[in-house]
Amino acid sequence: MSDAILKIENLVKHFPTGKGKRGEKEVVKAVDGISFELKAGETIGLVGESGCGKTTAGRTILKLIEPTSGKIIFEDKDITDYSSSKMRAIRAQMQIIFQDPYSALNPRQTIGKIISAPFEIQGITPTEGTKTAVQNLMARVGLNPEHYNRYPHEFSGGQRQRIGIARAIALKPRFIVADEPVSALDVSIQAQVINLLEDLQQEEKISMIFIAHDLSVVQHISNRVAVMYLGKMMEIAATADLYAKPHHPYTTALLSAVPQPDPRSERTRERIILTGDLPSPINPPSGCVFNTRCWKAQDKCRTDVPQLLQVGGSQVACHFPENI
Amino acid sequence: MTELLRINDLKVSFKTDDGLVHAVDGVSLTVNAGETVAVVGESGSGKTVTSLSVMGLHKKGQAQLSGSISVNDHGTFKDVISLNDEEIRDIRGRAVAMIFQDPMSSLHPFYKIGNQLAEAYLVHNRGKKKEAMVRALEMLELVGIPEPKKRAEEFPHQFSGGMRQRVMIAMALMNSPQMLIADEPTTALDVTVQAQILTLLEKLKKEFNMGILLITHDLGVVAQVADRVNVMYAGRIIEEAPVDDIFYAPLAPYTLGLLKSVPRVTANNDRLKAIPGQPPSLINLPVGCPFAPRCEYKEHSAESGCNTTRPELLGTSATHRARCHIPESLRQELFAKEVKELLA
Repeated sequence: MSDAILKIENLVKHFPTGKGKRGEKEVVKAVDGISFELKAGETIGLVGESGCGKTTAGRTILKLIEPTSGKIIFEDKDITDYSSSKMRAIRAQMQIIFQDPYSALNPRQTIGKIISAPFEIQGITPTEGTKTAVQNLMARVGLNPEHYNRYPHEFSGGQRQRIGIARAIALKPRFIVADEPVSALDVSIQAQVINLLEDLQQEEKISMIFIAHDLSVVQHISNRVAVMYLGKMMEIAATADLYAKPHHPYTTALLSAVPQPDPRSERTRERIILTGDLPSPINPPSGCVFNTRCWKAQDKCRTDVPQLLQVGGSQVACHFPENI
Repeated sequence: MTELLRINDLKVSFKTDDGLVHAVDGVSLTVNAGETVAVVGESGSGKTVTSLSVMGLHKKGQAQLSGSISVNDHGTFKDVISLNDEEIRDIRGRAVAMIFQDPMSSLHPFYKIGNQLAEAYLVHNRGKKKEAMVRALEMLELVGIPEPKKRAEEFPHQFSGGMRQRVMIAMALMNSPQMLIADEPTTALDVTVQAQILTLLEKLKKEFNMGILLITHDLGVVAQVADRVNVMYAGRIIEEAPVDDIFYAPLAPYTLGLLKSVPRVTANNDRLKAIPGQPPSLINLPVGCPFAPRCEYKEHSAESGCNTTRPELLGTSATHRARCHIPESLRQELFAKEVKELLA
């Protein structure tokens, strides 16, 4: 067995949109051929702007939506074509934490019921009894176990996210996709939840794909960071390298756009302001998908698709990488 | 310096089934021409309620307001709280305008962008349709929308999130207000687009000498554009200061707590220092300092009045004041060390 718990090979997810203007079929290229490996115990941060395909990527990897093509290899098993009943056994090993802690919990179920759902679905009775197991989980994520019989509306946003986390770790999964788990929370609460996720991940040796648009949060929690743009992987690098020396112009622009809580450096800092918006994923630009907003774009960028190549310790998809 | 907005001891409460919610509890602040004043706080701290009060947007009968909100209407000050509906409509958009967080729900999906902009002008200039359209195109151009003539004929769904927010700003500028309230103007936007919008707001401030009241929860945004900052907690301003003082010499434990809990791109990967606990319920505020249950510096307070008396907004400097029972000199000493660590 290799040390990679998850291998993604050329994963593609296209959504059909019905007919286009001239009658031909159109597809939204949400994820358009991404490849990477996730090592055991590693956290990869998946970042990009809204519409770049990061959430679709996360859900396709978990097979919550069927991939169009490509391969998903989880613990050396190719699960790409597994049926939903065959997936159920594997689901105990792979879990998801959702962005919105309000809509992710059934308002009519008690917290005890919500957190015990994984046991029920998998037909597992914990040795210590389901109720004790659930209460242990609640204590584990910093909830009061006595609140077992309460309903979601009695909890704050941060507490609800803890409930979602308790549910996700109930079956001791090996791999979790956390989809924007803290972006709905206030800063002071956000820090509590990030700390909790870090602790759990280290103690339980969980591998994690952490999807977020907030680059400061991602830097804090990830070992490596993957940057997506219009369904394509732009750059994958060790966190320290990516933040110190971004190679892809898009990564550089993204980092320079994040305002830091430091007014003096904000006043002197040179900011790269990208012009325009994200192009449509139905008709992405030819060549490098970033060429329409890139200040370094040349003719080659408009015709040749750059491959994700090794540059130093990083992988970069750019004809003219920076900082080398 | 021309004063554009002066809020004095504003109190806003709402009746609910569970009791009276004191959403804003004695807020005072001013905004001058040519400056951006930020109001920072977490959800429920009262920042949006404050901004809605300035626009006179609370439903009559639901909200109970007291205090005064003086808006500079081309030289004469008018108190929004004592004005009637018609008088408020007269200053709204003309003396003070507002942009909201969600640009999609603030635009009508069935009307063309150009007509929606023109409407904002026609409210104050009845019958001048041609003039209104000309002005709409000018404003679209000003906020950086390419091909304004073509875009004015389009509908909101044909615009991206960033473009819609530009349209909202254009709409706010239709009647050349001096004062702009921006309530979380970039929260729904991606960072690259956020950078564009913040640059645009800076430009408006400089070119038209506008005063901007910026409501946000994002300390990074505050650091980038604000001149002065008010930090809110549980309906009150707990610290007010020029922007550098807030970030480099905070005097309220809550402000320091916020600064410590923000993950920073430049920082080392130490554990985040979260503020323990949660904000208090606005129905049953603690008797003493509302932040006391979460405060880790409480023990430094000599009289330990933290649990019994509400601290006043005080400070030895005229521009920098905070609510805290701990002696100011001791706070300066304690907090300076922590800020130094943060910036290291």
